[in-house]
This record gives sequence, structure tokens and C-alpha cells, in this order.
Amino acid sequence: MDDITTRCIAIIAKSKNMSPEAITPDSTFDQLGMDSLDKINVSFEVEDTFEIAIPDESMNSLRTVQDMVDGILRLQQQKTHNEALAEESK
Amino acid sequence: MNRVVVTGLGCITPIGSTIDQFTTSLFTGTSGIGPLRPFPEAPSGDPLNPNLRFSRYAEVTDFDPTPFLTSGQIVSSDRSGQFAILAARQAVEHSGLMQAHSPESIAIITGCSTGGRGSEELETGRLYNQNARVHPLTVIRTMSSAGASYIATEHGITGPVLNISTACSSGTHAIGLAFQMVRAGMATAAIAGGHEAPLTLGFLRAWDSMRVVSPTQCRPFSADRDGMTLGEGSASLILESLESAQARNATIYAEIVGFGMSADAHHITQPKAEGAADAIRRALKDAGASLEEVGYINAHGTGTQVNDAVEATAIHQVFGDYAPHIPVSSTKALHGHSIGATGAIEALATVLALHHGQLPVNAGVTEIDPALKLDVILGSFRSATPQLAISNSLAFGGLNAVLALRSYVA
Repeated sequence: MDDITTRCIAIIAKSKNMSPEAITPDSTFDQLGMDSLDKINVSFEVEDTFEIAIPDESMNSLRTVQDMVDGILRLQQQKTHNEALAEESK
Repeated sequence: MNRVVVTGLGCITPIGSTIDQFTTSLFTGTSGIGPLRPFPEAPSGDPLNPNLRFSRYAEVTDFDPTPFLTSGQIVSSDRSGQFAILAARQAVEHSGLMQAHSPESIAIITGCSTGGRGSEELETGRLYNQNARVHPLTVIRTMSSAGASYIATEHGITGPVLNISTACSSGTHAIGLAFQMVRAGMATAAIAGGHEAPLTLGFLRAWDSMRVVSPTQCRPFSADRDGMTLGEGSASLILESLESAQARNATIYAEIVGFGMSADAHHITQPKAEGAADAIRRALKDAGASLEEVGYINAHGTGTQVNDAVEATAIHQVFGDYAPHIPVSSTKALHGHSIGATGAIEALATVLALHHGQLPVNAGVTEIDPALKLDVILGSFRSATPQLAISNSLAFGGLNAVLALRSYVA
């Protein structure tokens, strides 16, 4: 598993007080029993860990751990792209 | 008007996190006061030196909610709310009331003064010192009514649910108002109590600055008393009408027969004997009791010079020549002063005293203060079967609440 996936699983495992081994990229948030509070808490931790800002509507559209990993990758790429544009415009 | 009885008990306290443990500690005089925990968050950088004048408090040691609460409950609640959920759960299970009452006819009244103090300090400390983001569940964790909401949610209770914040009288006001609601028929049963988790560095330092915390250890009514000892915890009582308790053959621990409230209207910290005396008189009048029926006073007894002297004066004002003949104890030398929870913990102690026919010891006294002229229970518990007991709470700001309870004899 890649680093982002491993760290996401660790965040969810900590929040849900469960073993990381019980979580796979295919695990759905429903299967993991994540309610709205868990999602708020996990998104806060993810934002801190990966230094990204998750748009309000995003968390509710995610279904699996892999969806979350893909979203983080997209936000990181977008952030890098935006920073490069800002650098060029200086 | 219904007669109101206590049919369920629960607690998380420094002297026990089950009723059996609490009862044993109460009657053996085992104190939960111990050394302060390390404070890695102390600005001094020295976790063992939080720069306080005192070094002891009454903590619920080794508290771990993870086996008992869901991850959603844990992540969205402060330690204080967690105490509330678990004490209420014990009381509800202990009483078996949910099978006998419809959810909309049950009331919940909690007493909590400081809300989610630990969560508030953690988040604001990080914000001010590190410009850190504030956790999105901080609002939920810090509301003082969160405990009441969680109890309602866990048990599906949809009747009147509220929290009362009257500083050190919160728990007593909560139980007293729940008593009035069940007596008046506004609810057929109630979960009432108090919870508090105020042992945070900021709160301890604030109390330290007031110079009312004992540099040694709380010893109420002792001639050499030098202050209070802070504590934390929760207690929960199930109240219901005598009729419903009898109909379902519930164990009855005591009957609540009166409640008195008053305000000193005098000073934000300095207590006034007349205010406390009024609350005691109103509780006894409400109970329809004579002075001579009172066979035990569970005192507010913080262990400060001023509180104990003023409370003794109030007792003398109410009871006159009979005052020196009433057994008195403060149980704060055992469980500490847990602010909004303390009245509920002391009501629990009073219920157990009546149920077991044993009056708890007033621990820690080196030499009784002769000026107070009270029969303070020293050494060990005293076997007695008082007809009636009162439990006093006298809060900062002069907000007084007194419960009157009777032994229940079938």
C-alpha cells in the first residue's frame, strides 16, 4: 500500500478505535460504521496530515477509503499546480 | 402530588466508578485525594511543576471510556460528558426504569458548571499559542448541556431535558428540580445528577489564584482547615413516583421529601449565613418536617475557613439549641470538590447513608473547630437511622440549594 493509503487508514483506525488491519482501500465508510461526526473528525485529521483543504461537499460524496485517497491526491496535485502558477505570476 | 423515591444510582468518582466501590470508600473513609498528574502542557516546561500552591486533587484515575462508548461519542464529547453518560447508564440499568416508563414522560436534568473545560483549554491554547486550527467538534465538546443530550440520545428519552449551571450547587439544583417535576406529575420519572471534569491546568491555576485551595488537604470543620481540594466526577440518581416504584417492585433507596433554594444576594464569593439558613428552612418546610426530625446533615463543608464557619452559623440559626445534637459530615475530604457534580455526589452519599443506616465520616480532621459547636462525625462512620437528612450546597455567588430526604420504610 502506498503512503497516503497507509496514513488514511491509520487516521480512520484511530478515530474509530479499531485495528488498521481491519481496514482496506475497498472498505466503505458505511462498513466502517462512520457517522457524520466520524467524517468531520477524519476530514479534520486528513487536512492537518496532508496540508490540504477539503471542500465542504466532498466528504459526503466519498464512499470508500480509496475514494478518499484519490481525493487527497487530486487536492495535492491541485495545490502544487496552484503554487506553481502563483510562482510564475510573480 | 406524588411521593418521589430514588430507585437507581450511578457514579464515576475519585472514590469509585461503581456504586459498590463508592459505598465501600464512603463508609471506610477512603479518600480519593492524591498527587497532581504530570502537566506536560505547563508553560514552565516542567511537567511536574505546574506552578501551583497546591499539589493534591481528587482525580478519577485511569479513566478510559473506550470500552464503553462508541467512537462517535468519544470523539465528540469532553471527559465531563463522558462521565455523565456512564454514571447515567449505571443508574438507568440499575433501576430498570426504561421498561416501566414511556420515553416522553421521563425528564433528564444535569448539573454542570464548566462544560467541556479540558477541550476548551486544549483548543484555545493551541489557537493562541500556535495559531492552530480549532477542532470542528469543539463546540459540541464544550457545551455544558452535552451530557444531558447524550443521556437522552442513548436511552431514547424525549421528555424535558436540560442542564443547570449554578456553580457548586448545580447538581443539587438539578436533583431538586427533577424532584419537583416528578412530584408535580410533569414527568413520571427522572434521571438527575451532576458531572464535571474541571481538573485542567487553566482551571486549577484560576482556583490557585483565588487562594482558597488547600496547600495540604481538605479537612472540613477542622480547626486548622486551610482550604478546599478540587475534584471531578459524576453521580446520577433515578427518581420516580412511589406508586410506579411499588408497582414494578423496584428497590427504593430513599425518599426525597423536600427541596429549598435561596440566594444570598450579598457577594460573588463571600457566603452569607442567612441565605444558607433560608434554603435549609425552605427544604424542611417543603418536606413538612420538624427540626427534631433531622438526624443527619451532609454539609457543603468545603474546608475553607469562611465556608465552614458560615455554614455552621446557618445550621445554628435554623436549629437553635438542637443544632449541636445533629450529626454532621462533609464528604469532600473523600471525593474532593467537583463543582457542578459535587452536590449530586453528596446527594448520592446521603441516599446511601439513609439506605445503609450509616452516616459517613468527616475525614481528615486533626482537631475539630470548637467555635463551630457541631457534632461532626469523626473517626469512622456512625451507625444511625435518621428520620430525615439534608444535603446542603452553597455555591459561589450565593446560590443555595438544600435537599431533604427520608429513609424509605416499606
